[in-house]
Amino acid sequence: MTLLSIDWLLLIEKLILIAIIVFASLGIALYTTFAERKVAAILQDRPGPNRAGPFGLLQPFADGLKLIMKEEIIPSSASKFLFILGPGLAMTAALMTCAVIPWSSHVELFDRKIDLQIADINIGILYVFGVVSLGVYGIMIGGWASNNKFSLMAALRGASQAISYELAMGISLIAVLMISGSLSLKTMVDQQMAPGQLWNVAYQPLGFLIFFICAMAECNRTPFDLPEAENELNFGYHQEYSSMKLGFYLFSEYVNMIMSSAIMASLFFGGFDIPFLDERTLAPNIAAILGVAALLTKIVIFIFVFMWIRWTIPRFRYDQLMNLGWKTLIPLALFNMLVTGAFILWRQGG
Amino acid sequence: MSTTEILFFFLSALALFSAIMVVLSKNPVHSVLWLIAVFFSISGHYILLNAQFLAIVNLIVYAGAIMVLFLFVIMLMNLNAESEPQKHLWMKLAGVVSGGCFFLVLVSLVRQAADMTDKMALMGDGNIGLIKNLGKALFTDFVVPFEITSVLFLSAMVGAVVIGKKE
Repeated sequence: MTLLSIDWLLLIEKLILIAIIVFASLGIALYTTFAERKVAAILQDRPGPNRAGPFGLLQPFADGLKLIMKEEIIPSSASKFLFILGPGLAMTAALMTCAVIPWSSHVELFDRKIDLQIADINIGILYVFGVVSLGVYGIMIGGWASNNKFSLMAALRGASQAISYELAMGISLIAVLMISGSLSLKTMVDQQMAPGQLWNVAYQPLGFLIFFICAMAECNRTPFDLPEAENELNFGYHQEYSSMKLGFYLFSEYVNMIMSSAIMASLFFGGFDIPFLDERTLAPNIAAILGVAALLTKIVIFIFVFMWIRWTIPRFRYDQLMNLGWKTLIPLALFNMLVTGAFILWRQGG
Repeated sequence: MSTTEILFFFLSALALFSAIMVVLSKNPVHSVLWLIAVFFSISGHYILLNAQFLAIVNLIVYAGAIMVLFLFVIMLMNLNAESEPQKHLWMKLAGVVSGGCFFLVLVSLVRQAADMTDKMALMGDGNIGLIKNLGKALFTDFVVPFEITSVLFLSAMVGAVVIGKKE
């Protein structure tokens, strides 16, 4: 009798896949910080970072090196373990989402069919929702453990903002689920890829808008970056943080952005579907690579829109933010759900 | 020992240890964080029973929403270990007595469950916990209790708004 009966090949395959996806996300996040500065520069009519390397392409590495080389300061009155746990949690929660995103169809290597998705679980989108709701702990624990009034205020703001917008997000999601009839992201993408089927955004334009706004609020992006409103709260929940722990907080925002873009692409824009092309006519490996490229293109477009909005719209006031969440988005999402349900019932001829 | 058994024992140990730490921690914030760890390990048990929906809903509702509000209140009230008021002796005594009563009930429950011995839980199969079967059961066999619960929730929500609106 063996001690452990595990399919080792499957384990190795999944581990390699996890490593590739995590490092790819981190790499993209690295360059997203660079893209953010460049986009800001273009929108404000200035050159932006252009000193490190050709076109300033080495800038993110210079920034990262700077953060790592800085002195690590832990306030003496801080709760030490939780102070370190905070940024770690923020980063973990941001990266955990990638487990259920279908990055493409399958590739065939060494006579094995490898799905380019870490786990196709039957509750896929709920898992994303659960992880997102855990992301707020990183902010809360970090803000509280710093033992600083401003950090605590910012952490509480962040938590209440996240909870408020999660509600509208969940309700807008329900309308999508009613159309697809499945919680698995893979099934949802497959449905949108089927010939003669439009992307979900065509059936759920209002739902997509609500989801997009909520995703922006969940990522703490301007105009929803109240937790780090520097003119009211000095610097926000990560005020006491320095060195790479601060870097983790800043970085997790970008990872969150990539993941929410990937989720939006999968839910509403056909995931790795290439428009006007029947992928089944291609060889599976080529289709898989093209699929990854298509999904990445969609993600990049979403990230650009995120940045565009950030550098165009000023920050909300806190009461405006709460009013938008509770009095506009939630009723709209409920209305959207009701209309979708009525429409489905009518189509079924009930 | 199969992987499932290893996971079961690991999760059980984690759940018990975290639960004990919830009680033993001096700092209320630490207690809340240990309680979140308990919810995680219980969700792990649900997954072992192939009840994925229950597992994730347990996480979303308890760890994701209720515990955030707990943390919220504790942080706002600034209940630190130092500022916690010392409790009276008779308060501690009452706690011991009520805790002991609860323990008695638990022990009698476990003893009564003698017919459960030699029975194995369905690990990894059994699909009543999957969302499709659960939804069907809720909306056909148990539709009346389900709807009554939703009315209860609605009245609780209205009550919360009324209390919140009171100046």
